[in-house]
Amino acid sequence: MVPHLTIEGLSVVYGKRPIIDNLTLPPVAGGGVTALIGPNAAGKTTLLRALAGLVPARGSVRLGHIGPTAPIVHPIELTRLPISQHARHVTYMPQALPQRVALTVFEATLSALMSARSDRVLSQTQAQARALEVLERLGILDLSRRGLDELSGGQRQLASLAQSLVREPTVLLLDEPTSALDIHHQMRVMQLVAELARERSIIVVIVLHDIAQAARYCQRIVVLEQGLVAADGPPEQAITPEMLARVYKVEARVEPCSQGFLQVIVDRAV
Amino acid sequence: MRPPSAPIDAADAAPHAAHAGERAAYARLVRRRVLIVAGLGALMVMALLFDIATGPSNLPLAEVVSGLVNPAGLDAPSRVIIWEVRLPTALMAVLVGTALALAGAEMQTILNNPLASPFTLGVSSAASFGAALALVLGVSLPLLPADWNLPAFAFLFALGSVLMLQAMANLRGTGVETLVLFGIALVFTFNALVALVQYVASQEALQQLVFWSMGSLSRASWGKLGVLALVTAAVVPFSLAAAWRMTALRLGEDRARSFGISVKRLRFFSLLRVSLLAATSVAFVGTIGFIGLVAPHIARLLVGEDHRFFLPASMLAGAVIMSLASVGSKLIVPGALLPVGIVTALIGVPFFMVLIFSRRERM
Repeated sequence: MVPHLTIEGLSVVYGKRPIIDNLTLPPVAGGGVTALIGPNAAGKTTLLRALAGLVPARGSVRLGHIGPTAPIVHPIELTRLPISQHARHVTYMPQALPQRVALTVFEATLSALMSARSDRVLSQTQAQARALEVLERLGILDLSRRGLDELSGGQRQLASLAQSLVREPTVLLLDEPTSALDIHHQMRVMQLVAELARERSIIVVIVLHDIAQAARYCQRIVVLEQGLVAADGPPEQAITPEMLARVYKVEARVEPCSQGFLQVIVDRAV
Repeated sequence: MRPPSAPIDAADAAPHAAHAGERAAYARLVRRRVLIVAGLGALMVMALLFDIATGPSNLPLAEVVSGLVNPAGLDAPSRVIIWEVRLPTALMAVLVGTALALAGAEMQTILNNPLASPFTLGVSSAASFGAALALVLGVSLPLLPADWNLPAFAFLFALGSVLMLQAMANLRGTGVETLVLFGIALVFTFNALVALVQYVASQEALQQLVFWSMGSLSRASWGKLGVLALVTAAVVPFSLAAAWRMTALRLGEDRARSFGISVKRLRFFSLLRVSLLAATSVAFVGTIGFIGLVAPHIARLLVGEDHRFFLPASMLAGAVIMSLASVGSKLIVPGALLPVGIVTALIGVPFFMVLIFSRRERM
C-alpha cells in the first residue's frame, strides 16, 4: 500500500492577498522525496503549513493509499480533520527553532510523542525506546542528555528533525531542514530522509534552497512562483535554464556532472 | 493507516547497550527531579512551621509542632495564637505563593515570555482598581458580608482583565507578542484609573487603599483560606493534566500544533486557570508582584521545563518564598508587622541571585 497525497484547488489567503492561488498538483506518491523550490515569498512555507493543517485553507488535500488491486483506498480529506487527527498522518518541521528552552534533546523528542492524546496508547517505555531509536538513526544519540540551548544551530536542527521522525508520520513535511547544517550533515540528512521515504514508503515534501541538492536527492521537483506551480516533474524536466530565467531571474546553465547529477551554474542575475 | 513500521534500525533488534545507558541516565534525571521537588516540599513545611513560631511572642518550634498535632495539649493563650492568629496567616502565605507561582508559570509558558506574570500583565492592577472603587466610592455588592465586599470587587476586576486578554487571544491573527503588549497596556490603564480614584479619594480612604495595594496577609481568615484552597485544589489537577502539552508548546507553536495539540484550546483553558488563581489570591491579600514572576524562574533553574516537574516546583518555590517573606515581614522591624508585599522582593531577590550565579558557574 503506497500513500498518495492529492492537492486540488488549494488556496490560502492572508487578508485579501492570495499566497497560494488555486493550486492543483498531480498525486504525490510515497516512497520518494518531493522538493518544493522557488524564490523568496513564492509561498513554499505557506503551502507546507497548509498541508500540515496549520493555516486555514480552501480546497482539498486528500490522503489515500493505492493498493495492489484498488486504485485509491479510503481517501481521507485532511483539510476537514481537527488538528489532533490531522497530526496522526502529517508532521511538519518548522524552519524556526525554539530559543531559550530548558529541555534536553531526549525530553523534547519524548514530548513529541507524549503530548498528543492520540498517542497516549504508547507507554513511557515504548515512547522512550522509539525516541532513542530515532536519535541513534540521526547520529545524535550522544546529544540526548544535552540541553537544546547548549546545541549549535545544526545540532538543534537535527534535534528538531528527530521530533518529527519519532511521530512516524505518513506525510513528512520539512521546511528547509538543512539550512543550518554543514555539508557533511546536509548530505547525511538528505540521504537519511531519502532512505526513510523508501523504507517506509512515506511521502516526504521538503522545502530546499539548494537546487542542485534538490536535483540530487529528490525524484520530483515542484517549482512555486507567487503561489502558483511554475514547473513540476523529475529534476531534468523541472530544472531548466528557461525556468531559472523565468522564475529566479538568473541566467544559468544546467549541466550534468560526471556522475550524471544535475548542476546549476549561475552566470548572472537578469 | 500508517504503513507497518519496521524498527528504525533493523540491525539492532536486541536492546542496545547505548540505549540502556541513555534510559538509565533519563531515569536518574527523573529521580533527581522528584527529589528536588520533594526537597522543596520539605523546605515549605519548615518555612511554614518557622512562620507559625515567629511573632511578637516567639513560640519554640517544638511547641508549634506539638500544638498542631495535639491542640488539646496547649494552654489557652498559645492555642489562640497558633490556631486563631498565626496558622491562618501562615497557610494563607503558602497558598497565595502556590497560586501566584502556578499562575505565573502557566502564563510564561503559554505566552512564551519569561517576563509574563499576573503582575506584569495587569491582573494585579485591575484588582487594585476594583478595590479602589469599593473603598473610595463605597460601592457594595448585595448579599455579601461587609469584609468580603472588597475582595469580591478585586476578584471581579482581576477576572475581567484576564478575560479581556482571553478575548484578545481569540481574535484572529493575534500573536502572543500582541497579547503581552496588550497586558502591559492594561497595567498602565488600570494604574491611571487607580490614580484617578486616589486623586478624588478622602484622606482615610486613600490610606486604606495604599495599605491594601501593598499586599498583606493580616486579612487572612479561615473562610478566605477555604475559598483559596478550594480554587487552588480545583485548578491544580487540570494544570498537571496539561503538563506534557505545555512542555511541547515550549518547542514552538507550530511544532506543538503539528504534534496534534490544539494550542488555542490549551491557551484558553490555561488563561482561565490563571485568572481564577490570580484573581482569588490578589483579592484576599492585595498586590504581591514578585512571586508569579520569579518562582517559575527558580523552578526552571532547578528542574528544567518538563512541566510534570516544572509546575509543581514552581508552586512549591512560590510557597517557600511567600512563607519566608511572611517570616521576614515580622522580623525586619521588631514589634511591627510590615505589609508582606514589601518583603517578598527583598527576600526573593537574594535567593534568586544565588541560583542564577551558581548555575552560571556550573555551565
